[in-house]
Amino acid sequence: MASIRIPTPLRTYTQGESSIDVPGATVGEALVKLVEQHPDLRLHLFNDDELRSFVNVFIDDEDIRFLQGLDTEIEADDKLRIIPSIAGGLWRRRQSNGG
Amino acid sequence: MTVRLPTEMRKRIFKQMESAYPDEGGGFLLGELENDETVIRNIVQVDNVFEKEEQHHRYAMRPQDWMRLEDAADVQGLLLVGYYHSHPDSPPAPSEYDRIHALPNFVYLIASVIAAKAVDLRAWKLKADRSAFVSETLRS
Repeated sequence: MASIRIPTPLRTYTQGESSIDVPGATVGEALVKLVEQHPDLRLHLFNDDELRSFVNVFIDDEDIRFLQGLDTEIEADDKLRIIPSIAGGLWRRRQSNGG
Repeated sequence: MTVRLPTEMRKRIFKQMESAYPDEGGGFLLGELENDETVIRNIVQVDNVFEKEEQHHRYAMRPQDWMRLEDAADVQGLLLVGYYHSHPDSPPAPSEYDRIHALPNFVYLIASVIAAKAVDLRAWKLKADRSAFVSETLRS
């Protein structure tokens, strides 16, 4: 089975485990299995059935967005890693001085 | 819940944020969990990689920085416990943009920088249901 490394803040929902072994032929299948095993992860990884925009999945340092996304095929010994995109800031833009 | 940040690190954060002004700056917090306290042991400045013209109200880090620092924390026997960033000319309170991109069980330190002077620093955590941030007590 492939393994998925869990980001530190979400290990609360995997009983402290940093890596979870999951079956699946694709990244998407593996993630579905992951949230089946640890349902409290779902809210933070998925928005309905879509991965949240700030959730990145890497296979050996390669972002799946540059592969075939959730359809990317995986091997039994692949190491997947979930990495949140850290982002923040204000909604507003700086006000123009009006020239 | 309490977040403990040594005064020396608070000063380093303020200095970094004042240098970044009028743009947003940020970095990661490495530390430990002790009972109900998050104890910050190290702060690591990370580049803001948002488009330059948007950096006055946006902050983003490379996912590779998360990987690197999570691995470094493991080696040091620490945890990646949070991150910090600034709100130039604005209060140190999370925005809706912050909430959408946040995770629970993670400390968010936000510095208010007014006219190039860091004036306040507050600690926040996202509720487990993602509905809102909760203010944390911040002490040295």
